[in-house]
Amino acid sequence: MSDAPILKTADLRAKVTDEEIEILKGVDLEIRPGEIHAIMGPNGSGKSTLAKVLAGHPGYEVTGGSAFFDGQDLLELETDERARSGVFMAFQYPVAIPGVSIANFLRTALQARLEDGDELDLFDFQDILLERMELLEMSPSFAERAVNDGFSGGEKKRNEILQMAVLEPALAIMDETDSGLDIDALKVVARGVNTLQKERPEMAVLLITHYQRLLNYIQPDFVHVIVDGRIVRSGGPEVALSLEEGGYREYRQLQSTVSAA
Amino acid sequence: MPTNEAVQDIGLDDYKYHFITEDEPVFRSGRGLNEKVVREISAQKGEPKWMLDFRLKSLDIYNAKPMPTWGGDLSQLERVLGDIFFYVRPQERMERSWDDVPANIKETFDRLGIPEAEREILAGVGAQYESEMVYHSLKEEWEAQGVIFDSIEDGLRNHPELFREHFATVVPPGDNKFAAMNSAVWSGGSFVYIPPGVELETPLQAYFRVNQEQMGQFERTLIIADEGSRAHYIEGCTAPVYSTESFHSGVIEIVVKPGAHFRYTTIQNWSNNMYNLVTQRSLVHENATMEWLDGNLGSKLTMKYPSCFLVGERAHGSILSIAYAGNGQHQDTGGKVIHAAPRTSSSIVSKSISKGSGRASYRGLCKVYEGSTDAKSNVECDALLIDEAARTDTYPYIEIDENQSTVGHEARVSKVGEEQIFYLMSRGMPEEEAMALIVRGFIEPIARQLPLEYAVELNRLIELEMEGSVG
Ligand SMILES: Nc1ncnc2c1ncn2[C@@H]1O[C@H](COP(=O)(O)OP(=O)(O)OP(=O)(O)O)[C@@H](O)[C@H]1O
Ligand SMILES: [Mg+2]
Repeated sequence: MSDAPILKTADLRAKVTDEEIEILKGVDLEIRPGEIHAIMGPNGSGKSTLAKVLAGHPGYEVTGGSAFFDGQDLLELETDERARSGVFMAFQYPVAIPGVSIANFLRTALQARLEDGDELDLFDFQDILLERMELLEMSPSFAERAVNDGFSGGEKKRNEILQMAVLEPALAIMDETDSGLDIDALKVVARGVNTLQKERPEMAVLLITHYQRLLNYIQPDFVHVIVDGRIVRSGGPEVALSLEEGGYREYRQLQSTVSAA
Repeated sequence: MPTNEAVQDIGLDDYKYHFITEDEPVFRSGRGLNEKVVREISAQKGEPKWMLDFRLKSLDIYNAKPMPTWGGDLSQLERVLGDIFFYVRPQERMERSWDDVPANIKETFDRLGIPEAEREILAGVGAQYESEMVYHSLKEEWEAQGVIFDSIEDGLRNHPELFREHFATVVPPGDNKFAAMNSAVWSGGSFVYIPPGVELETPLQAYFRVNQEQMGQFERTLIIADEGSRAHYIEGCTAPVYSTESFHSGVIEIVVKPGAHFRYTTIQNWSNNMYNLVTQRSLVHENATMEWLDGNLGSKLTMKYPSCFLVGERAHGSILSIAYAGNGQHQDTGGKVIHAAPRTSSSIVSKSISKGSGRASYRGLCKVYEGSTDAKSNVECDALLIDEAARTDTYPYIEIDENQSTVGHEARVSKVGEEQIFYLMSRGMPEEEAMALIVRGFIEPIARQLPLEYAVELNRLIELEMEGSVG
């Protein structure tokens, strides 16, 4: 495994586009290939915003700092270019695309990754899709349903993981993929992520979660605590365990002294 | 995101088939509509006297009726009508085989990119070029079954009784101003007869287009599906771009006799300066089913409301329509269902897409006459707005004179959301493709009903129209 980070942000700041609401107030993160990082933090602390800023959501504007992905300036790239270079975000709240089947959606996404003039082999695609669905214990008929249209919370999350499995990103950002999953589904999803990482050990994962429960199944190398748009603590798995005990109280206090200073 | 007005100005909404092929019409009527023009048309066609009388009577009705004041903006139309040619005949005679079709006309088909497969199907097609059928052949097995698939002129010439018995019975000239106009100057169109009990697997297809600058096209189609028959008629057309306004006003009449099942599919894609005012109506008898599948793209203004008059017990009518209104276009479309017998049922599903200054209106009528007990009707309209400026409105008219009936109406408006686009882009699709996929998904329930090559064509046309909708 190489030592060069796949993702490196320094003092990354972002606000809501067209408004003066600053959300990320200087985030430093360094993720190397193959590493699993967990980000935890209270509601509204900026976790989803960080994920969306990394994916290039037009609703947020970067106001300072930098973000490099695989050596290139991530902030220079459009959302789709980021995706094609290997950034994937599993959404906390995936949206519905009526009339577009999961199979069609994924086929289009894979086709977009090919050079102009190259055609995706439909039989290969079918094989990959079926094999990935089996890994995630999904029935093949699921691929014919319209993307997230009328899906239960758990189905939406599984669909996100299916996409991740098919698109094979270099960096997978998973925003609360565990919320809304029942205990069996959680295990299936975790097993899926672990299998994918076994297949491609260089895949880096950024897990956003509120619960230790997920981290029992997907063991993080690093855990970061984000409060009010800043990472206030980074460490090993023990950080998550201590949060389980004491919540965010001490960080909030820390935060208020920082802001007061 | 880059906003580039210049890019939008080069004509993203412009009609993509911007070309004109050279050809010399053999006969061209003078400009404007008057008795002389009507007499000339009838004489050119060598029609029986009753048809000339019918045309002249229709002209009187046309002159007596005021321009409609509802629907779209027709204020410029008077001027346009004074300027157009009401009749153009490109060739002396009907072509018997594809080999005889002149090269420049084939070239037009070529440039339209009609796929090879479709040309083969053209073996059973009446392709209307300008005002006449230039190419008309009928599959032999159909002929053997007694199916008639002719130009409307040949229908009148070769099947005078059958023709006269049904002509103008579904859409009388007094129905509306444009039906009266068509009745006076009609030229071109199809005459179709399906004998009792005959079921056709392959759709009957007609491909036609308007090509003469400032030429009005007034096609007239008469279809009779006799008892217990089953068939599907498909008509698609595209028109090239011209600088001056153009006008199209067709009349389609369909008689669906007891127990028959008929589907009429049309995908129309007119140039952006076209007024497209069409009357499509069917008379549906007991236990019969009529299905309209109607796709409207392009034109300056389209006013089109396929109708089903359900006159026999348990008659069923279904209208599925899709409209795309790009910049400067107004699609005023929808459907009408008239329940005039017990246990009749109907459904209207209307989907529209508007973009930029485009406006899509749904206008529908559901009428249930007294005595139509247990009639059932359901209307669903679904509008998709591509951007902030686009506009849509709904005008559902519901008139129920029978208490023992059920009528449902549901309307939805949705916008292509930033979140949807972001979602697709975050999976690697460029913005244009993301937009196209969302639109394809939106029309999927209708595209699914089309034969494959038409579904592909519909998607392709919409994609062409959508190009550059991303700023
Ligand atoms: N578009 C927006 N407009 C206004 N405020 C916003 C917008 N997006 C995010 N915020 C605010 O920024 C803060 C961070 O939101 P974010 O969704 O990143 O939180 P989170 O850490 O993911 O929370 P949760 O744990 O509840 O998912 C919140 O206070 C939120 O209300
Ligand atoms: Mg969140």
